[in-house]
Amino acid sequence: MDLKNYNNRNISNDYIYMQVEDTPTTWQDKFKRVVKRTFKGELFVGLWVVFREMLKFDIHTVQYPMEKLPISPRFRGLHEIKRLLESGNQACIGCGLCEKICISNCIEIHTKYGSKGRKVVRSWTLNLGRCIYCGYCAEVCPELAITHGQEYEVASEQRASFIGMADMVTPMDIFKAGKQKEFQGFGAVSPNADENIKKTPLAY
Amino acid sequence: MSESGYIIGTIINVIVVLLVFSALAGITTYFERKVLAFMQRRLGPMHVGPYGILQVAADGIKLFTKEDIVPQNAVKPIFKIAPVIAAATAFIAMSAIPFLPDFKLPFSDHVVHPIISDINVGILFVVGVMAVGMYAPLLGGMASTNKWSLLGAARTVIQMLSFEVVTGLSLIAPLMMVGSLSLIDINNYQESHGWILWSQPVAFILYLIAGYAETNRTPFDLLEHEAEVVTGYATEYSGMRWGLFAIGEYANMFTVAFIASLVFLGGFNSWGFIPGGLAIIIKVSILIFLFLWVRAAWPHVRPDQLMWLCWKVLMPLAVVNILITGLVLI
Repeated sequence: MDLKNYNNRNISNDYIYMQVEDTPTTWQDKFKRVVKRTFKGELFVGLWVVFREMLKFDIHTVQYPMEKLPISPRFRGLHEIKRLLESGNQACIGCGLCEKICISNCIEIHTKYGSKGRKVVRSWTLNLGRCIYCGYCAEVCPELAITHGQEYEVASEQRASFIGMADMVTPMDIFKAGKQKEFQGFGAVSPNADENIKKTPLAY
Repeated sequence: MSESGYIIGTIINVIVVLLVFSALAGITTYFERKVLAFMQRRLGPMHVGPYGILQVAADGIKLFTKEDIVPQNAVKPIFKIAPVIAAATAFIAMSAIPFLPDFKLPFSDHVVHPIISDINVGILFVVGVMAVGMYAPLLGGMASTNKWSLLGAARTVIQMLSFEVVTGLSLIAPLMMVGSLSLIDINNYQESHGWILWSQPVAFILYLIAGYAETNRTPFDLLEHEAEVVTGYATEYSGMRWGLFAIGEYANMFTVAFIASLVFLGGFNSWGFIPGGLAIIIKVSILIFLFLWVRAAWPHVRPDQLMWLCWKVLMPLAVVNILITGLVLI
């Protein structure tokens, strides 16, 4: 296939080109146009189109609090901290890369030497008010410990409703039940991907 | 009937009409939102009550409890009286309209006349009072010291100058045939002669177009066209003052629908096997649905297009229609 075919973006031959008439200049032509437009019935076409839609009753509303659309696994919602599958310890190793890369300076991490001489996390705070959910912390994390979850309803009236690190770590009961969802990573498909598949509208 | 009985009956009539049409105005907003939503593939109000039916009550509570704001530099008395004019004229116009045929109250011989007053200038009175209603947006817009309101008020004048001619002229032809201005006489004429629509189709269409302009409904709602002038004359209004404008608009829709069915569509005469009272309700419902349908389908016109339409197209058509009617009658 040569380049000419690639440049042809007309995916179908059903294109309807608009016929633009010249603006009438003489009064006879103007009168003719008024009469033509008056009796053409275009207004009734409009009436029919909306009435047809009412009869079809093909409603597209999602009644949000009761119904929710499936979210892509790549959606960057509220952060989650994963546990290690073998030990159940939280996966964070305290490297501090997330604090370093955070462009809105909302992550603060403090570490210390643990009892076995290893580095442990003393505190890890995330200021959700400043966070712009860019996803850099999840991207940079070497242990895939911090990820973005699917939770996006994070408005609250009280400061106490906002969460700390302890709430972000996968709860132990969910973890023991084996329900901790691993980060599917970038490029993962959404749960309803099969429904959304369409042919690419290009020549190739 | 005795004098005092007549007065009491009239007062009851007035109260019933006021209550029924205030309620209908609210219910019509619900149906308007639903019909528009369905035509645009939406669901409309769904959360308050089953299928959102109590949305009307929620809106009412909201309107009544909202803070009543009068702008600092507004001309306060005029600003305050404008919404009253809108609602009052809309209801006064209804006083000469027979809504249903006369009927007997159940378990008694008392005959109810569902018209407040059968005055001999009936339709002239209705059209005149409805036209006075245009003072509400005009005064409200000019008094609220706001650019958009002022533009809305200016458009009111344009609209009033345009549709008023067509309303009057389009109604003259059917009135020439009937020979009376009383809406009851017009209705009774159609009992023997059939619907006036069949002999005056042009007048019917002209009256509908003018009626849409008169009630500020969509193809001609220049006064409050959101995309151009925020809400036009009603920009500074909130709470119940705005609510009165809304009630006035919906009451006017009903008035136009009743006049159209009484003058052109055979009124409350029985329609085939359908009894008269039901017939007029069906006709009015269809006309009200047409109001909503047109709002979903058609775009607005510009003020200059409205003037062009009314003065250069509809008025000559109405005059020609009157001439032809006169020649045929002679």
